[in-house]
Amino acid sequence: MISAPEPSTQFHTDADRTTADEPRRAAVRKALGNYKVARGKTESAFTSWEHARDAAAAIKYEGVNHLDKYLREFEEKFTARGGKVFWASNSAQAREYILGLARERGVKSIVKSKAMTSEEIHLNDALEKEGYAVVESDLGEFIQQLMHEPPYHFVFPCMHLKREEISALFERELGSAKTDSPEELTMIARRFMRRHYIDADMGISGGNFIVAETGMISITENEGNARLTTALPKIHVALIGIEKMVPKLADLALLLPMLATAGTGQHLTCYNSMYGGPRQPGELDGPEEFHVVLLDNHRTRLLADPEQRDALHCIRCGACLNVCPIFKNIGGHAYGTTYQGPIGSVITPHFRGLQDWKHLSGASSLCGACTEACPVKIDIHHHLLHNRRNAVQEQKVWWERLIWFGYVELMKRPWAFKIAMRLAPLGQKLHALVLGTRLDPVGAWTKTRAFPQAAAQSFHDYWQERKAARK
Amino acid sequence: MNGDRAALLARVTEALRVPAPLHHEKPSKPATHSVTAPFREWLPPVGASPAEQVALFAKQSEVLRTEFLECPSPEAAAQHLGKLAQGHGWKRLAMHRGRLADTVAASLPGSLELLRIDGGYEKNALEACDAGLTECESLVAQTGSVCVTARSSGGRALSVLPPHHIVIASRGQMVPDLAAAYEHLAGKYGATYPSFISFISGPSRTGDIERILVLGAHGPKKLTVLLMP
Ligand code: SF4
Repeated sequence: MISAPEPSTQFHTDADRTTADEPRRAAVRKALGNYKVARGKTESAFTSWEHARDAAAAIKYEGVNHLDKYLREFEEKFTARGGKVFWASNSAQAREYILGLARERGVKSIVKSKAMTSEEIHLNDALEKEGYAVVESDLGEFIQQLMHEPPYHFVFPCMHLKREEISALFERELGSAKTDSPEELTMIARRFMRRHYIDADMGISGGNFIVAETGMISITENEGNARLTTALPKIHVALIGIEKMVPKLADLALLLPMLATAGTGQHLTCYNSMYGGPRQPGELDGPEEFHVVLLDNHRTRLLADPEQRDALHCIRCGACLNVCPIFKNIGGHAYGTTYQGPIGSVITPHFRGLQDWKHLSGASSLCGACTEACPVKIDIHHHLLHNRRNAVQEQKVWWERLIWFGYVELMKRPWAFKIAMRLAPLGQKLHALVLGTRLDPVGAWTKTRAFPQAAAQSFHDYWQERKAARK
Repeated sequence: MNGDRAALLARVTEALRVPAPLHHEKPSKPATHSVTAPFREWLPPVGASPAEQVALFAKQSEVLRTEFLECPSPEAAAQHLGKLAQGHGWKRLAMHRGRLADTVAASLPGSLELLRIDGGYEKNALEACDAGLTECESLVAQTGSVCVTARSSGGRALSVLPPHHIVIASRGQMVPDLAAAYEHLAGKYGATYPSFISFISGPSRTGDIERILVLGAHGPKKLTVLLMP
């Protein structure tokens, strides 16, 4: 077995490769340009988007900061209506529970609607290894499943692919005819999926919100695949992170339009469905069993950090990715994470280890576009700084400390500073000798940037000279 | 078996011992006075009169590509459905029982086979229908949405499995926004909500391929809303 490269090495290699892929970058830029226009239009229809953000932030603050209370309330309401709650501390427990359920109920085929949590716990691999046929029903996720690739963007999973590539993929995997019409490609997937909804005996979904008050989960989607996944199979399993909590059902009256606006620039996503239990007496269809798997998987680690706790307010709209200059240039796969973009860079170090994933917080221009775009006012770009600070505090880098020590000593002594300034042009001449070679000590910097030339005369000298001339 | 309940809850409680600051950013001015529903002050404006709300619903329907039609009578609605049936070559229409639905069904052309699903249905038979006719809980003017529930709209699948979804509603069901739709549900059902509530905004759609809009991804390719007095 070849061991996987270190996350930071993988990041640098992949980011270098993807930034060089000009056509792909142009396509992503174009798609995100359209997003910006649509979102701007929808946002301006709000009487006050800024106040709506305050209220949305307050709702999520309440849900997350009293999470224990609301989790209990949800459990009580949900189980009273015949639902089953499973509490999973980590991914292994969640996988085992779902696998066990499939085994016990003699499940043969499984249809899934979009769930980033299932990517997080690698559920498909686990199910397939046990011999279950699993089909992703969301078009983008289905395409990524056939590509054997993780989603590129957690809202737009295959935004990096061109239609010719998708057509070729369908030709190869489904035996369909070649076409360059997105409509025809969508219909191929539609026809293919219909059978699966009807035949599947288990439907697995994610969830966008957990509603404590009424014991419901809410799913937002455009395609209708989640609705079919949760209507036809006799077992419904929803895998959902504990932080998705909102206190009241009516809170969704604000959060659903905001999720749609920030996510895709729609006023409301096509289907916003709330599920409170399996089929109830007097109802004519729906699953016999409904299991909600509440997933921690290190979310409580982030919860324990009051400074960054608001990162758990995230409603996964994807807006911060869409406006991020880094995402636009390196693309989604370079991150090497389940959650890409700015919010992924904030939370991944908490989920998977600060030292292994701190490089993502470094890969930011700190422009703050993400924070501005966020519908629930998460202080994203400051959290990138917090991660950088925490990483250094946790594991001090000796050579960095040495450099800073030297710098401080130099700055404390004007005479030493003056000498250093005099020596700078000479130092640059020497540097020119190694520039571009592997001996260059600041090679990572000079690879893509030119170092400014030190002036022949320092500002200090110039000022003194000028003063003398005036006298 | 409920898994790691005690340990997970204990971790949550422990993590929350130190409170978090309310906002890292300063709130907008003037400061927000309330953070509870109905949030009307900040969402897009909706007219107060029923006529304005119907007009807004019509406008949103156009954006969403919902076919929206005001029908003066059940016969007129049935007539429109007859036209649709002929135009699209429908053979079978699935529906559930209901006061509005039944009055319309009474005037449907006899050539259209009706599948009534109230006593249960066979999935393949429902899938083979050309259209599904349902009632709804409410129509939401602000977003052009139709609120359906398992109780009011023939379960979960009828409004999503057939390729054309037809909604029969009456003018009194128009509400201004989502908050009002939730209020209506709370008033009607109290604590015994249906197991499924959905806001449907237009026909099913996707933008997954090059972010180009395609209607009819997995759900209905067409949505028709007929509004009766
Ligand atoms: S951090 Fe904010 S902008 Fe980014 S995905 Fe989450 S909610 Fe959306």
